[in-house]
Amino acid sequence: MAPSHAEPTVAGPSYLDAERGLWSWLTTRDHKRIGVMFLAVLLLMFLLGGIFALALRVELLTPGETVMGRLAYNRAFTVHGVVMVWLFLIPSIPTAFGNFLLPLMIGARDVAFPRLNLASFYLYVLGAVMTLWGVFQGGVDTGWTFYTPYSTVTGRDVMPVLLGVFVVGFSTILTGINFITTVHTLRAPGVTWMKVPLFVWAIYGTSIIQVLATPVLGMVLMLVALERVAGAGLFDSSRGGDPLLFQHLFWFYSHPAVYIMVLPGMGVISEAVCAFSRKRPFSYRVIVWSTVGISFVGFLTWGHHMFVSGQSTFGAGAFSLLSMLVAIFTAMKIFTWLGTMYRGSLWVSTPFTYVLGFIFLLFFGGMSGVAVAVTSADLHWHDTYFVVAHFHFIMVGASLMAFLAALHYWFPKMCGRMYPEGMGIGTAVLIIFGFIATFLPQFLLGNLGMPRRYADYPEAFQPLHVASTAGASLLGFGFLIVAIYLGWSLRHGRAAGRNPWGSEGYEWLSDSPPPEFNFHAPPRFPRPPHDYANPGANTEVEHAA
Amino acid sequence: MRHEASPRPVEPRALHFGDEASRQDAAHLGMWIFLATEVLLFSVLFTAYALYRLTYPGVFQQAPAHMDVFLGTLNTFVLVVSSILVALAVDAIRNGRDFAAAALLALSVLLGIAFLFIKAAEYTKHVHDGALPGAWYAYEAFALPGANLYFTLYWVMTGVHAVHVLVGVGVLVTLALRTLAGEFGARFHTPVELGGMYWHLVDVVWLFLWPLLYLT
Repeated sequence: MAPSHAEPTVAGPSYLDAERGLWSWLTTRDHKRIGVMFLAVLLLMFLLGGIFALALRVELLTPGETVMGRLAYNRAFTVHGVVMVWLFLIPSIPTAFGNFLLPLMIGARDVAFPRLNLASFYLYVLGAVMTLWGVFQGGVDTGWTFYTPYSTVTGRDVMPVLLGVFVVGFSTILTGINFITTVHTLRAPGVTWMKVPLFVWAIYGTSIIQVLATPVLGMVLMLVALERVAGAGLFDSSRGGDPLLFQHLFWFYSHPAVYIMVLPGMGVISEAVCAFSRKRPFSYRVIVWSTVGISFVGFLTWGHHMFVSGQSTFGAGAFSLLSMLVAIFTAMKIFTWLGTMYRGSLWVSTPFTYVLGFIFLLFFGGMSGVAVAVTSADLHWHDTYFVVAHFHFIMVGASLMAFLAALHYWFPKMCGRMYPEGMGIGTAVLIIFGFIATFLPQFLLGNLGMPRRYADYPEAFQPLHVASTAGASLLGFGFLIVAIYLGWSLRHGRAAGRNPWGSEGYEWLSDSPPPEFNFHAPPRFPRPPHDYANPGANTEVEHAA
Repeated sequence: MRHEASPRPVEPRALHFGDEASRQDAAHLGMWIFLATEVLLFSVLFTAYALYRLTYPGVFQQAPAHMDVFLGTLNTFVLVVSSILVALAVDAIRNGRDFAAAALLALSVLLGIAFLFIKAAEYTKHVHDGALPGAWYAYEAFALPGANLYFTLYWVMTGVHAVHVLVGVGVLVTLALRTLAGEFGARFHTPVELGGMYWHLVDVVWLFLWPLLYLT
């Protein structure tokens, strides 16, 4: 029984106009509206985490106390880490862009479980409120990792934060279940597994990690809570327990979580590279298998966080080698993107500028990752700014650039308007250079021995800290410009039309913004996505009708 | 049979499924993935158990002597029988015998509640002994180093499991009432199947807890 798409292809109302009023948004089951709501809350979280990042950089402008005391500094980096990791980066691309695009990209009307999707949004909001309330009223100073034994003995009230992150984890699991089921059961006829858009593959791989890793985090957080209320002893050596067990269990989740943060970004880049090079992916299969490979190997690398924590030499060696496998899969992707650009017809737009920034920064982030995966080198760099710089290259340099690429590439898809392109490119360049100015000095500082999470440092380090703070200010300024011109464009941007980029991605076959049920007629996808040799082969309209 | 004639109203958003069969496939797949997350949830506790069993082998070998093996085994029997009843209920509803299905579900609910009462009796005995988790551990008959960790694990593992039994009982009660109200029949009974899957998982987890905590 075919869905009732019988109505002709007159341009009906878009999903934005299908229903009106705040209540219609709050009770919606439309994956596009849920994606937009996620995006709005995520941007707020990013603003909050960013403000605290700048506060940290201001404190580090001079040695000694600049604007805040040491306890305040510990609390500030906890807020920064908790908000950025748990409330922004982990949910960011899957919940906002995954929700909006995944059904469009496989030709479906919605996700498999629309009500569960809305529940996931409210769980996220509830968890975020609990977490933020907990962080601020409790003055939590544990950092985002809640390492035992400190998190179990600190006088600050950690419980609400543990519960809040637990609830956010529930939201993550529900979204993951929804996306996996959607990809398995709702692909339109013709969208075989080897024709699924690469962004969908990335979200699919991410969802598998989310579903398999997040329950472990949930239970670990509950055990820490139990440790606090009942002195459970499992992580407490004075009662015969082992604090290292916490680290193993925590990183069993939190290392794969790095791939929850970066795999969706890689999916965005795979789409944007094809669209702005006007070419099919250099090798679709290499991207797909490296995505699956990262999802799998990501589960086997957690021990590299514990090289100096008393792990066996054999264990450390094994984790070291397995961690390097991730770099091989990442390099396969990078070469495929470069191969796609090679002899393509490049269109240097704002999203493409971020793509270039992403590839460049991911390269350095990845290579420094191999460096810290070497156990002997890690003894020197462990817990220094070198590691801080390394993971910021991945989380900001890669994930955030991909987020911005996605925001610009799909902005016309979401709201039907264009942003000022020249300003977009200029700001992208500013942000990329601001990023490099912020974090390149941190590599140097770490190599000189600057430990992470310290509010104070010797005077000799000041020039590099000043450079880093200056870079962070540039970054903050760049984000401000993006917020201003995108906000302006929401109302005043010129109309984009259905497909302003001339992209052959499946999602551009419907209107921009799309109608409530995504397509006016059942879409037909005889050719793979981004098949620029046969433009227009994929079509929304069932001509036979 | 009377329910087969009443097609369920389907909201327009759900029309993306070609037919009812693919809707049910999706629901089953979603449930299987959810069960996988449950397994990973318990895997943390099994990992901790393995670590401390290796660290304190003597404690973990002597511990079953301080457990009520009879009540633990009785509970195993209770859960396995209730699981069989749920399986029979699913079979009954597939064949259109809704009343039989509701009765079988109700029986398995009673067994689930019996499990919780037996568990509570055991807990009471442990509290009386002072075999409490964590900082409150004060069981003098079993005061070896590491014994406190055994009982912490015992309380957490059986406690998390008991919460799942409680949720499962709630699910089965709802399913039994909805079956009685005529919502499910031979044509549509996906929620009964999904609830049954959840109940079987609760059973399977106990089948691992029982030997680890009572027998070895």
